[in-house]
Amino acid sequence: MSIILIIEQVLNGLQFGVMLFLMAAGLTLIFGVMGLINLAHGSLYMIGAFAAAVIAGLTGSFILAIIAAMAAAAIVGALVEMVVIRKLYGSDHLDQVLATFALILIFSEGTRWAFGSFPLFLDIPNYLSGPVTLPGGIKYPLYRLILIGVGLFVAAGLGILISKTRIGIQIRAGENDREMIAALGVDISKLYTIIFALGAALAGLAGALVGAIQSVQVGMGEPVLILAFVVIVIGGIGSIKGALIGALLVGLTDTLGGIFLPELLKLFMDTSTAQTSGSALASMAIYILMGVVLIWRPTGLFGARA
Amino acid sequence: MKVTSLIFFTALAMLANGVSAEGIKVGMITTLSGGGAGLGVDVRDGFMLAIAQSGRNDIEVVIEDDQRKPDIAVQLADKMIQSEKVDVMTGIIWSNLAMAVVPFSVAQGKFYLSPNAGPSALAGKGCHKNYFNVAWQNDNLHEAAGSYANSEGYVNSFILAPNYPAGQDALTGYKRMYSGKLAGEILTKLGQKDYAAEIAQIRASGADSVFFFLPGGMGISFLKQYANSGVDIPLMGPAFSFDQGILQAVGDAALGVVNTSQWNKDIDNPTNMAFVKTFQAKFGRLPSLYASQGFDTANLLISALETAHPDDADAFRAALEAAEFDSTRGSFAFGPNHHPIQNIYAREVIKEGDIYTNKIIGIALENHSDVYAPECSF
Repeated sequence: MSIILIIEQVLNGLQFGVMLFLMAAGLTLIFGVMGLINLAHGSLYMIGAFAAAVIAGLTGSFILAIIAAMAAAAIVGALVEMVVIRKLYGSDHLDQVLATFALILIFSEGTRWAFGSFPLFLDIPNYLSGPVTLPGGIKYPLYRLILIGVGLFVAAGLGILISKTRIGIQIRAGENDREMIAALGVDISKLYTIIFALGAALAGLAGALVGAIQSVQVGMGEPVLILAFVVIVIGGIGSIKGALIGALLVGLTDTLGGIFLPELLKLFMDTSTAQTSGSALASMAIYILMGVVLIWRPTGLFGARA
Repeated sequence: MKVTSLIFFTALAMLANGVSAEGIKVGMITTLSGGGAGLGVDVRDGFMLAIAQSGRNDIEVVIEDDQRKPDIAVQLADKMIQSEKVDVMTGIIWSNLAMAVVPFSVAQGKFYLSPNAGPSALAGKGCHKNYFNVAWQNDNLHEAAGSYANSEGYVNSFILAPNYPAGQDALTGYKRMYSGKLAGEILTKLGQKDYAAEIAQIRASGADSVFFFLPGGMGISFLKQYANSGVDIPLMGPAFSFDQGILQAVGDAALGVVNTSQWNKDIDNPTNMAFVKTFQAKFGRLPSLYASQGFDTANLLISALETAHPDDADAFRAALEAAEFDSTRGSFAFGPNHHPIQNIYAREVIKEGDIYTNKIIGIALENHSDVYAPECSF
């Protein structure tokens, strides 16, 4: 286990973490501000990836594909908010879970109906493909470095949006007391639509960026959605900063756990047993992390203190 | 969600000319929605193509979607046996679903012809006289990859597969034939989409070859990320990550990769040539190995019906065992445990025009059976 391998794995963990952050940021805003559990967030991720695959196929431009992914997810997000979600703010969480679960089924089967059961093609453009050599002789794929950069850039942008702009003030106020800001003359339903569309656009961006190195197919969003929920629970619901720290923690734990736990077990087990139990333990690692964080801080790392 | 299609070929013609042979009813339970739907769709299309080509209008096929869920598959099987009263069952793609449905169906006197799943539990001690597998035993293609690695002179393989029964069987199958040593062995999470960590380990391992079994979307992700990582150790795998449905989504990343399969579109026999041509004309896409398996399964059934009706179970079974039909794989024969004895080929991914497909480059295993056959006695 060389130092180069360890650094490479840390980069992999960071890259996984920032992509989770793009998903978790939208989820945590929607949950924090509107009090809504949106299971259909994974569908928006899928819609982003499909839109990117279609536009990349038509135009051959990866940049246009990314823009189309964000636009498509934002538009679908805004429509869903206005048509379905708006009726659910007053309902209890179980109704919201049922309705957004139904949305998952509708989006998944609708996408299959439109695009078929076979995965779509979406690849990294030539100018971003291949490895680059980092200081210290580490060879690392350029595209993954760019993913880390994009993720951190979006995180910084969201941080400024929340802390420095007027809409950020409204979002923070909405988290604290939505009746009061409505009484102060803020158009709360417009604010909700904007937040929902913003969260959806980030999910669509993540779907398109990740779709280029993974596979674009129906149902791709749900596994990510589960991890994104783990992230916002660890980070504290409603906190963008918490989502970022939580996403990086989950990304690093998952990646490094998958590598080091089997190696660790090999010290006192035979190789194949260590491999099997190590990978089983590694897939539990993030949930153990969540448990530990919740025991230590029941509202998450940056959640509001009860 | 629920796709129910009933395809009816009434027995009118038979009544008209007074032939006394009864029609038969086939129950097909396969995956037509959810993650693995592409496989089920191909099996169904191949199967129905053969039925249509036979011109027989006395075979009724009831098709149901199992959604890749064992509980739903069992409910459907129960319904087909109890209320539809089918004679023969077929269609299941996934081994875990086959384990739930096959023993249950054959125990009630039904015949089961598997167009895909071939779990080891049904090939050895758990074999049954009414269960026939037309595709392969699950280990076969992995064994062929191990044998191919020997013939290429690889002595230091890195192997990886998902951590579930078929994944563990894949690694066992590879190691059974492969005679070199292992540079590393990883069990990944089932459904994992990011392989950066594993690829980094492969890079650091100093291996001379990589064997992987990652079916469906997992394989697409792995191949794209591997091609982009700059690691250039040769890859091998079973056909499941290189079938016609998946290759188009992988693109250039798959070019040149060697994979093992019992079928390919360039196997030179008249049945296969005609099958590839008519399938493409009818469905507008090239057939996959799954489609060829569906097609062969239907032709096996039709050939057996020429001599006997399933009501006469012993005669029908003997007719199935004889397997007197023209397979897309050329000559076809069952071993003593009703699993195929067949050649397994090494194929290479190529690009024909704009379409990615496979080309046979050699025979990896000749007239290969499976290791479980001796344990089977009916």
